[in-house]
Amino acid sequence: MTARVALVLVSHSAELARGTAELAAQMAPDVLVRGVGGGPDGGLGTSLDAVQKVLGEVLTALADIASVEGGLRESDGGSDDDRSDDGRSDDGGVVVLGDLGSSVLTVEAVLELDESLAEHVVLARAPFVEGAVAAAVTAHGGADLTTVLESANASIRMFAAIEAAQSPAASGTASDDGPDGGPDDGPDGESGSSRTVTVRNPLGLHARPAALVSRKVAELGATVTIDGVDASSVLQLMALGATQGRELRVEATGERAAEAVATVVEMIDGGFGEV
Amino acid sequence: MALDADWAERWVRRTADAIADAKDELTELDRQIGDGDHGENLDRGFKAVVARLDDAATESGPDERTVGDVLKLVATTLMSTVGGASGPLYGTAYLRAAKVSGRPQIDPPAVVAVLEAALEGVSSRGKATVGEKTMVDAWHAAVEAAEAAANDGGSEVDVLRAAAAAADTAATGTIPLVATKGRASYLGERSAGHEDPGARSTALVLGAAMAAALSGPTPADPSSAA
Repeated sequence: MTARVALVLVSHSAELARGTAELAAQMAPDVLVRGVGGGPDGGLGTSLDAVQKVLGEVLTALADIASVEGGLRESDGGSDDDRSDDGRSDDGGVVVLGDLGSSVLTVEAVLELDESLAEHVVLARAPFVEGAVAAAVTAHGGADLTTVLESANASIRMFAAIEAAQSPAASGTASDDGPDGGPDDGPDGESGSSRTVTVRNPLGLHARPAALVSRKVAELGATVTIDGVDASSVLQLMALGATQGRELRVEATGERAAEAVATVVEMIDGGFGEV
Repeated sequence: MALDADWAERWVRRTADAIADAKDELTELDRQIGDGDHGENLDRGFKAVVARLDDAATESGPDERTVGDVLKLVATTLMSTVGGASGPLYGTAYLRAAKVSGRPQIDPPAVVAVLEAALEGVSSRGKATVGEKTMVDAWHAAVEAAEAAANDGGSEVDVLRAAAAAADTAATGTIPLVATKGRASYLGERSAGHEDPGARSTALVLGAAMAAALSGPTPADPSSAA
């Protein structure tokens, strides 16, 4: 099964595009991620033709996937050569991230030039690496185009969130979730649940485990925090900098709070297959 | 004499020549306040445009092109071949200009509309306004002057002459400005004292438009040699 939203990462540098795509794809294996970079002459820059070509290829791939998977749901058309229009009436599409000035200009120019692409392609305003990672993980959960775009765009606030989390006032169990995140709100009834767990794997909550946890949390549907940060946000989890031996407080609210806490604790305690 | 697709082609070819002549100057301007590739990039782009015009000339029969057809070819070629920011910027200018000139001939008000569309393209794509030491300064001055000339009942040549002169003055006028957009804005106050290369290249482009309108088809012009 492949996510209905794909990512295209446009950089001045072919290597930067490729590397960022590799990073994002590792954290979200179900998502189609393509990097494209370098100028028309192969040096630093961005090539309109290359960007246009990759966007076309990615949309075609999404349409093919949708027609294969959609063929099971509604089989009135049945043909698989009717690309890009069919297939993606299901709020899928492509989120594009660009790095510096002219790669963004190039993407905008492509979309102005080729209206058939513009229908299914949106351009994020986000930091290149953080936005790509956040968008990929969100897309992996099956989110629609708007949600993935918002996830990418929200990543710019990460820098402020990291600063807040590292400020002295926020040490210990952080307080993102309201005034009374008191020390002893144990499993007290139907609406909230809380447990602590120790990080066991040597590398801690690095990119891959953070992605696993955030994806699982998004799947569970409960509102889960780990040391006060939103556990459905891969970036916030990574920003915790939780290394081996650190004790983390997992809290949840909502209908299946206790189950969600248990699941997340089990994942962290399990060491993500790295112990 | 209304301006037709042959004029548009002469304009583009003259632009390519002007950019090639000024390549080193533009690059030097850009080296002072940008990343030093403006002359090279535009030269490569317009050479590619000329190559495509040459190809088109050999394969097409009687000329049924619109002005917009020529400008669109310029737009897509520049976008594809200029790797820096000036590719999408000029590309969008020509693209928007093409959209309002899909006719065999354009009269003075339509020339103003073409320039307005180009200005609109550059400023919306670059998210820049007047006074930020960019090519918008030259385009904006050109549009204002062209409008005034057209309102005074000027001919196509009068309109383009006014536009070219205003763009030239505006380009020079960017020298004391402090850049707040584009690569030059990284320099802040140090960008003052240098002419903006994009404003200068805009003046060259509009100077070529005027020259193409003045000259008419000449035997030396490859577009009419066949």
